[in-house]
Amino acid sequence: MTRQLARLGRAGIQSIERLGRGHLLLLNLLAGLADLALRPTLLIKQLYAVGVLSVAIVTVSGLFVGMVLSLQGYYILSRFGAEETLGVMVAASLVRELGPVVSALLFAGRAGSALTAEIGLMKATEQLAGLEMMAVNPVKRILTPRFFAGFLSMPLLAAMFSAIGVLGGYFVGVGLLGVDGGAYWSQMQANIDLHEDIFNGVIKSFVFGWVCTWIALFQGYDCLPTSEGVSRATTRTVVHSAFAVLGLDFVLTALMFGN
Amino acid sequence: MAKGRSVEKPLVRIRGLRFLRAGRAIFDGVDLDILRGGVTAIMGPSGTGKTTLLKLIAGQLRPNAGSIEFAGEDIHRLRSKELYRLRMRMGMLFQSGALLTDLSVFDNVAYPIREHTRLPESLIRRLVLLKLEAVGLRGARDLMPSELSGGMARRVALARAIALDPSMVMYDEPFTGQDPISMGILIQLVRRLNDASRLTSIVVSHDVKETAQIADYIYVISQGRVMEHGVPERLLDSDSAWVRQFMHGLPDGPVPFHYPAQSLEQDLFSGP
Repeated sequence: MTRQLARLGRAGIQSIERLGRGHLLLLNLLAGLADLALRPTLLIKQLYAVGVLSVAIVTVSGLFVGMVLSLQGYYILSRFGAEETLGVMVAASLVRELGPVVSALLFAGRAGSALTAEIGLMKATEQLAGLEMMAVNPVKRILTPRFFAGFLSMPLLAAMFSAIGVLGGYFVGVGLLGVDGGAYWSQMQANIDLHEDIFNGVIKSFVFGWVCTWIALFQGYDCLPTSEGVSRATTRTVVHSAFAVLGLDFVLTALMFGN
Repeated sequence: MAKGRSVEKPLVRIRGLRFLRAGRAIFDGVDLDILRGGVTAIMGPSGTGKTTLLKLIAGQLRPNAGSIEFAGEDIHRLRSKELYRLRMRMGMLFQSGALLTDLSVFDNVAYPIREHTRLPESLIRRLVLLKLEAVGLRGARDLMPSELSGGMARRVALARAIALDPSMVMYDEPFTGQDPISMGILIQLVRRLNDASRLTSIVVSHDVKETAQIADYIYVISQGRVMEHGVPERLLDSDSAWVRQFMHGLPDGPVPFHYPAQSLEQDLFSGP
């Protein structure tokens, strides 16, 4: 009994220590922003690696999610004779929830895991220690550009996800199921609010980009420098990011849309 | 090169070093001096914390007690910015080479120069080619780290370590896992670079024969303390049975061949 309590206490202390190390890393990441401003090419390179290379998975997924939304929405809305509102239903679902959330989950799986593996392997092969010995701060030079690349890419990826999803919904709803094309667009135009729907979705994306990239970088930077350590850290990145995105989505939704 | 200890102030001065890892003392009261201009070897069995000692000297780890001075400055009292400035005067050759895998050999060697100077690219090119020439790899400048053998990677890493003309270079197990030719090249390079560039070198190794060839002074550490120190000839002929066993690689002695266990008779005849 005492041993189990001690184990529980040890696990608790370790979790708090990790949380502390994570926040210290975040402070150091932010402190590197001034350096990054002097070397924008580092950011551009990472925007490509983190953002552009995630475009394919995000757009393809967005297309299918939009198509499925349209299909499911049509069957329900047609029961009430409200097929014309299909456009607004698809667009609202995408820009408010599915765009930011699903693209963040895909981002964690595609870019987050890659970031953790990259940083973890750099640690395991002593590249980070090598940079320190060259009097180069690895957090500022390696991690900060990746952090801001993730933070800036996420809203753009979510916007692409939603835009392609709306088109996917159009192909299925208007092209296959016979909903009026004019109604699809005009209902969307009339009922989607720039501030309420789109801005709130963008804010969610920024938050998710911040959190997912932070988790990915911390897991890589804090991992055990062994192949098993890197593998576990990569798994933790995806799991923790998924929990963080879904949990934060609930909190943000309650704050944004609650009365 | 003088083989004795001079009265000159040491470049690195360690006093009362104590370092714990997971509650276990890796170092407990270590005193050590690294003299300027010489090759000092730090030797000891695997797992005694030789690499840890280099990381403590470089300020990558913090000791629990004691002081480490580099050129008169207490490394662990420096602010982060000052520590980075001090590291520009140190080079370190990691066991793995630690080359940046997405950069070519040329760019790896140029990396610290580009980071810390505003020299024109034409001058950087000349400097890099000279550093690569010093390690015999000028012709390999366009190769990627994945195309290099282990020995070549260490030589490139050495060229990078001396890119900013440091006053001290630390070598972490430079000879481990090398074929005889690569090992011969590295042994010769350590000594030649030290003398030609007026460096101070610290070689951490457990390759006794190779290290004793080039070292001016040797510290043997084990169980968290300095077991003995002196010029190589003296250590090879040490009064301590443990040091003699280590230096000559004897299979049995104070460090027994057998892992501690009950007697063989008891083990064989007491079981079911």
